[in-house]
Amino acid sequence: MAAGATTSGGTVSNIYKGNSAKLMFPAWAMIGFFLLAPVGMMIVYSFLTKEFRGGVIWEFTLAAYDQFFFDRGLFGDEPPSIEWTYIGIFWRSIWQAGVATIACLLIGFPTAWFIATRRPSTRSAWLFMITIPYWVNLLIRTVSMKFLIRDTGPLNEFLLWTGAVSEPLGLINTNFAVQLGLFYSYLPFMVLPIYASVERYDFSLSEAAADLYSSIWTTLWLVILPVVKPGIVAGCILVFVPSLGAFLAPDLLGGAKTFMIGSLIEEQFKGSAGNWPFGAAASTILLSIVMAVLLIYARNQNKGSER
Amino acid sequence: MKKLLMTASLAFFALTGAAQAEGKLSIYHWFEYIPQELLDKFAKEYDVEVTMDTYDSNESLLASLKAGKLGSYDVAVPGDYMVKILNNEGMLDTFEPSELSNFGNIEDQWADVSFDPGRKSSIPYQWGSTSFSVNRDVFSGPIDSLAIVFDPPEELKGKINVLDTSGETLTLASLYLGIPQCTPDKAQLKALNALVQGAKQHWASFGSDIAKDVLVSGDAAVGMIWSGFSAKARSEGANIEYAFPKEGYIVWMDNVVLLKDAPNRENALKFMNFLLEPENAAAVTNYAQYTAGVKGVAPFLEPAVANSPESNPPAGQKGVFVEACPQEVQVLYDAIWTNLKK
Repeated sequence: MAAGATTSGGTVSNIYKGNSAKLMFPAWAMIGFFLLAPVGMMIVYSFLTKEFRGGVIWEFTLAAYDQFFFDRGLFGDEPPSIEWTYIGIFWRSIWQAGVATIACLLIGFPTAWFIATRRPSTRSAWLFMITIPYWVNLLIRTVSMKFLIRDTGPLNEFLLWTGAVSEPLGLINTNFAVQLGLFYSYLPFMVLPIYASVERYDFSLSEAAADLYSSIWTTLWLVILPVVKPGIVAGCILVFVPSLGAFLAPDLLGGAKTFMIGSLIEEQFKGSAGNWPFGAAASTILLSIVMAVLLIYARNQNKGSER
Repeated sequence: MKKLLMTASLAFFALTGAAQAEGKLSIYHWFEYIPQELLDKFAKEYDVEVTMDTYDSNESLLASLKAGKLGSYDVAVPGDYMVKILNNEGMLDTFEPSELSNFGNIEDQWADVSFDPGRKSSIPYQWGSTSFSVNRDVFSGPIDSLAIVFDPPEELKGKINVLDTSGETLTLASLYLGIPQCTPDKAQLKALNALVQGAKQHWASFGSDIAKDVLVSGDAAVGMIWSGFSAKARSEGANIEYAFPKEGYIVWMDNVVLLKDAPNRENALKFMNFLLEPENAAAVTNYAQYTAGVKGVAPFLEPAVANSPESNPPAGQKGVFVEACPQEVQVLYDAIWTNLKK
């Protein structure tokens, strides 16, 4: 990267010649301090021996990964079989995050469309309104959601009062509550990128499609979606990835009973499990999965553009 | 303009006033366990700037200190067995009784305790019990057994909140099964594992900081809870009764400990001495509704607190302390807890 700045030639880059290393320093320092060092530490710790109740002993071991993939019984004295528990937690997290992402897309796309089709002078006001709730701390918003939907909360009181239900819906401490919490937490991350791509959409394309007797749905599917797809993909990634690692929603809305990846990892560092290498290993595995998915996506994107 | 100048100078004095404080005191404490007025009183009396962070279980206190917080706090308030663990981990500093002029105020029964022989690192804070409370609007049957939590009757299933702490939850489960604490016996541990695994489906949630709130709001009809926290829930309007189950319940004592590498050791000792004043110990009791381990608090107590059913167990009931297990046994209990939570 540092080389690229000097080889591009031209008068402007001549000014930077010889200074490129210095000029690149802030960027590399950022990457080094905030990306490489923490991730490297995480990977190293995942191969260390755990110390009783938190901490590590500097001895290499694969015990953390062994614990993740193999079941040796409650007390570790049985012949190993495949451990489904953690795979199950990962699967559950992917499922919860996936449902939240789809819900965000279903609500977020029409919302973004609505905003992008308002008069330009009012659009920023609409966007402003979308972001207002997100000035409040995530913890407060999650607790508020809990107060809203719990059995004795206003939602159930209202439904009981209208007679729509005869007993509380029992929403709190369920997977649905967790999905709702994730959906609510990350909705703007879906709306904003989609808005950005819909705003650039040339509406004469829709008119052209209509002139050619395309139905609304065909237009949406064959004309609009391909154009705004980058925004949708960006939104999905921005919602899915943080949802995958969330631990506030499962803790507060799921009653701390339904572990997701985030709560599993948190328990290793803050809870009574105190198993740092295992927490690091679970994080490393999670990071690997996310990286793999993003790489596959990026490769498909490149293939698509070569066509 | 005059007003502006006035405000500016006031702000200036406020700022310099804070800067002039004798020193600092950094407390690591349980949530909702000390009245702000008492902290303010200490800050004013000794001209010390007080800061406080909170935790919600003995285990998370230990985890946090191990994760590098040791050296940033002066005092913490661990329960009995955690005092012993912290001491074994080398996380406590010691002091001489002569360094606390009020040392003699410690009640005789708490002056020499097994978890800190001779009180070299700790003083009593409050003591109480851990059991469970039942909403009497929902359930009117007998609540004299831990079966209410671990094998609940039909009408209470799915309406139970359990403390999110392995030490207390697994100890109550052991009491229910009648097995000893810290048992290395695999058959007994498997039975313990099976009990909590089977009971989990009847539990609505795990949570310690929410334990009072879910009872007051009615989200839970049964809550494993600490005695004083239950009394507070009751005074906030929950129609609940605190149980003293026949299988036994947990008795604990929380202690103010002097942490190793305390940045403000002098102020920490001043604070500990301050908490041994009967009036101040009583202020904590009136707030948290447990029982102080300090002589002479009686005249300062509110009658409702002193006579609360939660703090006055019926005679003949068995209260036990949570034991600190040896490491090779503790890992087995940790395995059961992790297995339960996953």
